[in-house]
Amino acid sequence: MTPLLEIQGLRTVFRSANGDIAAVDGVDLTVPRGRTLGIVGESGCGKSMLSLSVMRLVPPPGRVAAGRVLLEGRDLLTLSTAEMRAVRGGQVAMIFQEPMTSLNPVHPIGLQITEAMRAHDPRASAAELRDRAIAALERVRIPAPARRYDEFPHQLSGGMRQRVMIAMALACKPKLLIADEPTTALDVTVQAQILDLLRDLQQETGMSIILITHDLGVVAEMADEVAVMYAGRVAERASARDLFGSPQHPYTLGLLGSVPRLDEDRERLLAIEGAVPPPFALPQGCRFHPRCPFAIEACTKAQPPLEAIEPGHLAACIRAPVESAVELTP
Amino acid sequence: MSLLDVTDLTKHYPVRQGIVVAKQVGTVRAVDGVSFRIERGETLALVGESGCGKSTTARLVLRLIEPTSGTVRFDGQEVSGAALRTLRRRVQVVFQDPYASLNPRLRVGETIAEPMEVHGIGDATSREARVQELLRLVGLAPFHAQRYPHEFSGGQRQRIGIARALAVQPDLIVCDEPVSALDVSIQAQVVNLLKDLQRQFGLSYLFIAHDLAVVRHMADRVAVMYLGQIVETAPKADLFAAPRHPYTQALLRAIPHPDPRRRGQVTPLGGDVPSPMNPPPGCRFHTRCPFAQDVCRKEEPVLRDIAAGARVACHLAETLPPFAVDSGDGLSDIATRRLALYAAAKERRASGVG
Repeated sequence: MTPLLEIQGLRTVFRSANGDIAAVDGVDLTVPRGRTLGIVGESGCGKSMLSLSVMRLVPPPGRVAAGRVLLEGRDLLTLSTAEMRAVRGGQVAMIFQEPMTSLNPVHPIGLQITEAMRAHDPRASAAELRDRAIAALERVRIPAPARRYDEFPHQLSGGMRQRVMIAMALACKPKLLIADEPTTALDVTVQAQILDLLRDLQQETGMSIILITHDLGVVAEMADEVAVMYAGRVAERASARDLFGSPQHPYTLGLLGSVPRLDEDRERLLAIEGAVPPPFALPQGCRFHPRCPFAIEACTKAQPPLEAIEPGHLAACIRAPVESAVELTP
Repeated sequence: MSLLDVTDLTKHYPVRQGIVVAKQVGTVRAVDGVSFRIERGETLALVGESGCGKSTTARLVLRLIEPTSGTVRFDGQEVSGAALRTLRRRVQVVFQDPYASLNPRLRVGETIAEPMEVHGIGDATSREARVQELLRLVGLAPFHAQRYPHEFSGGQRQRIGIARALAVQPDLIVCDEPVSALDVSIQAQVVNLLKDLQRQFGLSYLFIAHDLAVVRHMADRVAVMYLGQIVETAPKADLFAAPRHPYTQALLRAIPHPDPRRRGQVTPLGGDVPSPMNPPPGCRFHTRCPFAQDVCRKEEPVLRDIAAGARVACHLAETLPPFAVDSGDGLSDIATRRLALYAAAKERRASGVG
């Protein structure tokens, strides 16, 4: 069976006085049906720009310069504006980090949900839409949904607002939900509720999820497949089990070493030296090499290809696995 | 004698309504009877979810806002009048947002020197030398003194904020979510820096955070807040191994671990935090507590001693089922080995070999 979504050679650039600057630079990814792909990385790695590229919502002066985004074999990048509008909120829906800024503060939430439904089903009657919106609120486990229908965003807690966003996103039964840091602004106990809800809804509907996050805990909890991004490129791609069980790319190792754990006492965290380079000042060769303790001269020359280190486990590092790299260094 | 001794601290905000004649219609109990101590060289972490009053408590300790009631004693002296001046030097603060807390129009050197000027420490030459020393101390270079905040990354800005806090040789630094706005790899650098500085200068920290994993790494003792009150306080090891308050347990159960083998163990706590304007009667947590009984709905539990150094505000603490912590296996063997190689390679580079 073909995967639901295939991203091939995606390149998203921003025009500047010094030529094009690539925020996403040659990314290949697949999202299987009914599964969750986690995309992890730090700020500036291109993970949010990647999801906006899939939705064709890259803000100008940015644009998708190359690549294909195949949804069930159909390239979204070649669709007309009208066709793409039908895809957004229809087959592909998106939720963002800050539910307050994504909701309109002057309209009751019920109206905002029915608005999305009406756009995709103009012939439905008002009463029918109202019933469907209340059912949608009920599905995301909002208590007393009929009463909440007439409330305004400011009357809801942060967790409730994110539930409303999810209800809106799922109103037209999308095949793919893109969740960009959906729980980052929420408290841990509320985050746990939302993650639980997303997992249940995925079971019910069989939708695929792209989960974008910086939190390795959230990825480990939710994702089937994981892609680690660094400076606009995929550094490592594997199943969640393999990625955490046998991390290959030095950047992934650095991330794992940087996170304090609840199940281990360490005197010092293994921090990564330096900072993520800005997209207009990317280093030659491997983009991680200035921060990488395993870097050798070859790393400064050519960009390493994303290659299988183990079956189904890809890493863009000529030094992986690092134990063999260390043996080879005198 | 403790370095900082906070007793029964309270901050109530009146809620007014009406345009011509504002009438008080209620009270937000942001902080409602909080007591704790911090010893020299110790880190006390104050944790809780948004709205629990942890940041208000920090501001009360700093006297950035006046308490409604309660006392703050610093080094044995009650903070008021002349003692406030001493407090202003000996207690410093590092804020969450490193950009908002730096003046964009001052050079970094001026920002770091400012507290010394305010307190009349040294002359221009000695202050400049001290700025250079502080920059080195926090891992920046002396030439950075001439730059402006916008030229720095988030992690570097936080280092500048730390250098400014250290400038007047404080005894206590209040860290209000100091790493929450930073990326993980940068967060680790700043956490390491804070620990190094503490060791070097014998600093005490009041560490405000919502991330329990960071707290576990930083703190000696932890106080958990809920709706303006401390519900549990204990030495770090005890709190994480055997949390006694149902709310602490719920917090720990809600955190997803960076380990797919432990997937599905996250248990969400039902409901939302009630409004601090209208806290529930009895135990404030009873509306969300899975163990709540009649007594919890009627009587407010007091924070009481339950073990050496551990206090809890729960009627049922002794009778609750033991908290089964699945301590997990930590990192996989392969990952641990590779991380060790990473650390060794980093060490070699730092020392200039290889």
